[in-house]
Amino acid sequence: MSDEHAVILTAGIGKIYDSGEVQVEALKGIDMRIEPGELVAIMGASGSGKSTMLNILGCLDHSSSGDYYLDGIHVNELVPDQLADIRNRKIGFIFQGFNLLSRTSAFENVELPLLYSRHLEGEDLAALTRQALERVGLADRMHHFPNQLSGGQQQRVAIARALVNQPAMVLADEPTGNLDTRTSIEIMATFQKLNRQGITIIMVTHEHDIADYCKRIIEFRDGRIVRDQQVTQPRHADRDLESGHWQASGLGERP
Amino acid sequence: MKWKNLIKVAFKSIVKNKMRTLLTMLGIIIGVAAVIVMVAIGKGAEKRIQDQIASMGTNLLTIFPGSMQSRGVRMGPDSGVQLTLDDVERLKREATLVQAVSPMVRSGAQLIGGSGNWNSSVWGVSEQYLEIRDWSLSSGEFFSSADVRAQNKVCVVGQTIVKNLFAGDDPVGQQLRVRNVPFRIIGVLKERGQSSFGQDQDDLIIAPYSTVLTRLSGQVHVNQILVRAVSLEQMESAQAEVTAIMRDAHRIPEGGDDDFTVRNQTDIAATAQETSSVLTMLLASIASISLLVGGIGIMNIMLVSVTERTHEIGIRMAIGARGHDILVQFLIEAVVLSLSGGLIGVLIGFLATWIVNMATDWVTVISPTNVLLSFGFAGAVGIFFGYYPARKAAALNPIEALRYE
Repeated sequence: MSDEHAVILTAGIGKIYDSGEVQVEALKGIDMRIEPGELVAIMGASGSGKSTMLNILGCLDHSSSGDYYLDGIHVNELVPDQLADIRNRKIGFIFQGFNLLSRTSAFENVELPLLYSRHLEGEDLAALTRQALERVGLADRMHHFPNQLSGGQQQRVAIARALVNQPAMVLADEPTGNLDTRTSIEIMATFQKLNRQGITIIMVTHEHDIADYCKRIIEFRDGRIVRDQQVTQPRHADRDLESGHWQASGLGERP
Repeated sequence: MKWKNLIKVAFKSIVKNKMRTLLTMLGIIIGVAAVIVMVAIGKGAEKRIQDQIASMGTNLLTIFPGSMQSRGVRMGPDSGVQLTLDDVERLKREATLVQAVSPMVRSGAQLIGGSGNWNSSVWGVSEQYLEIRDWSLSSGEFFSSADVRAQNKVCVVGQTIVKNLFAGDDPVGQQLRVRNVPFRIIGVLKERGQSSFGQDQDDLIIAPYSTVLTRLSGQVHVNQILVRAVSLEQMESAQAEVTAIMRDAHRIPEGGDDDFTVRNQTDIAATAQETSSVLTMLLASIASISLLVGGIGIMNIMLVSVTERTHEIGIRMAIGARGHDILVQFLIEAVVLSLSGGLIGVLIGFLATWIVNMATDWVTVISPTNVLLSFGFAGAVGIFFGYYPARKAAALNPIEALRYE
């Protein structure tokens, strides 16, 4: 079932949360295929299973059934240490709450995945770290602590941390959930820029305005995919920022 | 993950949480410092007790002339071969575990001097007698080996004599007639009071044995020979050595009975040993308890730290840390904390011991073994009590750790 071309290929992924008495079926047989270079938004209401799916895709959680191939690797067969290495090498994870280590400079936060890495031999870790920070435009803030940075800057540090190991894909769980509208669009601009450079990005969001910046939208409801469509003309974040269009369109109003 | 990186991560974590680090180390610091000070004071007390007991004469061996057997009937002491000055000379020459030797010639005598007369006993001994008994003088001086050689008529008197004949005045330089032989008083013994058997230990005069033998008693043998062993620990070997030399001096064939008796003050020595070993045990147990409490403190903080840092562990796992990496990081943290805590504890322990030494008149003895032991124990405690929380951290499921707030 493996396919060398797809970054993600899942077949019949199911997830059951068993709390002893109550069994909750969060995912009911998800088939999904994502090619390199895609920019995908996974949408859905709370409890639709979208975050559960993302955690399984990110090798943070196990599926209860089904098969998952990441970059051609059959993830179901891996032991915890191999999963850790997959997370380290293949996946960059971005969280809603940024999840930076406190009292730790931006530079040290971004460097961390490199320190846990097992495949780097004699490379200049500091140079790789600086490069990642430059890509998100934070080269001048690298020695600041998270509490000295704005929310958008913190999320960009998290993006740099996700990128530093040159992963096959970046997974983002509500990356703009804690940010104001302008900053959210700035983050989307960063994502679009990285995507143009060839990085596969899959993000979970419940905001349609944010999803509109993606090239493909997959919608979850009650543990199933109910919609999967290509966006013919994604919004252009840079253009919106320049024109201030997002203010006029009422894009900032949240549900 | 490379070790260099793991150590780097662990150290960063220690440095970033200074308050937590300090609190964790505090238990070990206090534990180690307390152990060092306590054992130093305890060892000092032990040494003082030993010194005091030694001054009671525990190092003392007394050789008595033996009993003689006559057709199956054992006679009392003094009935057989007598001890001689030759025996004393041989002991002085040959014994290696012996610090000092003195013969003892006893004689009773009527004393005339000062304001009247008094009946007392006269002990003829060598110039080493004071050293053997750990006695000291309240005034004047003791006689020398030259006095012994020249059979000078000099003597040292006890406090009872001073009271009864000289009305308490310092009699040094005065004349005392002992059995009508004029002696010059050159020193006064310190008061020793009653013995445990009710004997007045200050009612005596001490003179060179040579003078007593020729001028007073007229005998050629000595009543006892007193020997001081080099140390309390060497008592038994010293006794064996003295016995061997005496047997040789008296030409006793192998298998023959001794014609002398060597007595030691075993029970006093045994009590001394017991006292100090009980003291050591007591201190050791208090010491280990306080270190254990310090160790539990470390475990406590490490456990709290695991819970408090669950989210952080989740982040680390999400970006690719293996369970093993987390385990090693926490272990390195625990070991570094307890070792540096141990080191600071050792320094504070030295300082506190020094202060105790300056501020009080207590004797303190810092033993290197104890310092090494408590330092090593601090490290062991760190690994032992750091392991459980570290394993707990390593076993966390990344997604659950991440959800933990």
